Amino acid sequence: MTPDHRGSIGKEDMDMKVVVDEARCCGAGQCVLIAPEVFDQRDEDGVVVLLEPEPAEDRHDAVREAAAVCPAAAIQVDEDA
Amino acid sequence: MSTDEQVLSYPIPNDAALDPPAEWAELRATCPVAHVTLPSGDRATLLTRYEDVKQVLADPRFTRQLNAPDAARLSADGGGVFSGEMATIIPDSGEEHQHWRRLVGRWFTAKRMNAMRPAMIQIAEDLVDDMVKRGAPGDLRASLGFPLPVYVICDMLGVPAADRDRFSYWSDTLLNLTRYGKAETEAAQGEFFQYMSDLVTAKRAEPGDDLLSELITAGGPENGGLSDIQILVTGMALLVAGHETTANMIGKMVSMLLADRSRWERLLADPSLIRTAVEESLRFDANSGFGLPRYLNAETEVSGTILPRGTTVVCSMAAANRDETAFENAGEMDLTRSPNPHLSFGSGAHSCLGQALARTELQVVLEVLLRRLPTLEPAVPVEGLERVEGLAVGGLREVPVRW
Repeated sequence: MTPDHRGSIGKEDMDMKVVVDEARCCGAGQCVLIAPEVFDQRDEDGVVVLLEPEPAEDRHDAVREAAAVCPAAAIQVDEDA
Repeated sequence: MSTDEQVLSYPIPNDAALDPPAEWAELRATCPVAHVTLPSGDRATLLTRYEDVKQVLADPRFTRQLNAPDAARLSADGGGVFSGEMATIIPDSGEEHQHWRRLVGRWFTAKRMNAMRPAMIQIAEDLVDDMVKRGAPGDLRASLGFPLPVYVICDMLGVPAADRDRFSYWSDTLLNLTRYGKAETEAAQGEFFQYMSDLVTAKRAEPGDDLLSELITAGGPENGGLSDIQILVTGMALLVAGHETTANMIGKMVSMLLADRSRWERLLADPSLIRTAVEESLRFDANSGFGLPRYLNAETEVSGTILPRGTTVVCSMAAANRDETAFENAGEMDLTRSPNPHLSFGSGAHSCLGQALARTELQVVLEVLLRRLPTLEPAVPVEGLERVEGLAVGGLREVPVRW
């Protein structure tokens, strides 16, 4: 597909920065189930661990989904970075 | 409808096993903060919009102090899972709650659930084998939906699964808001309490490799652990929560997927949709039970309406999950929906502790059924499915299937 046919031209070329809020995290584990390359949970209390603060492009969709469904709203995704 | 002219009975009566009551759409559109009458006769305020339910469940001003003197009683005699003495032993809010949550939450991480997955698959396979041996038609609820989550939570807690009939009764008396009288409920809870108390004593003498043993050996409050009574109540709460909710959801999920053959066939053709199909089943469940009650100990505003101190609020996550302003084609079951930020597990600091467990169990059941019984079909029409009445957690009495 050429860029002209894309709904969001250039979006894929943008960098993504992910920030997690450990204090808010409720340990639901959705982020780990959806994007295991980017998120993990600490063994001792289930709190989120950010493995990749600047994930590669092929993981952006999964990271967006993880942020959207986090029940504690503990994942912030910055795509203008 | 004006809040003062008509007061709805809640739960809203609904004969349809899988479809939502017509009132939900009307409430969301015209009366998002509605006065309702509970089975006890007490008044409460019902929320049905996605944004309201999501915010209120995550807002610490809406407390879980349902035992406050002026909080609405949910059932006629004031018993039940939300308002008993038990509800006060586990810290309700703030840092103490977070401490409890993290001590217990480590047992429910995604990684732990993935590690438990092969054992869950084996349990599901064995239960399907037994159902097939007994011959069609079978009851999917009794054959698979109930036993699977019970075996799994009993194993995690280190509780003998052989006692499951007793748990089933005890948990029913806690979760059922209308069926049992006060004396019967209290007697059952006394027995349940004694059972767990004996179990904790036995584990203290001889710890095993399970959640309760680990909470015991971690030490008391002086060592950053839990007190004996907190361990005991945590055990009771996990047994009840891990028992009835997922068990009912398995039956409802399979019924919804079989109610339209194209859904089942889509999953047979593409099992990679199992994860999103489970999430959509959770969102689409219109028979999820009572919802979550909250109590206000200070005046607060919701959707432009002032709620006075002392108000009991009921959040209907199931109604919120059908909100068209939050989900495109909310009335359609879309097995590919993503993201799917449904509220079936609540939201915020108190959102379901066992949600990764529930998700994994639901995914395992679906994966095993699609693989082992691809010809699975309902043995009664949808109109023949009956709801379990009076439970804080909604379910179907039987899920008759053949294959």
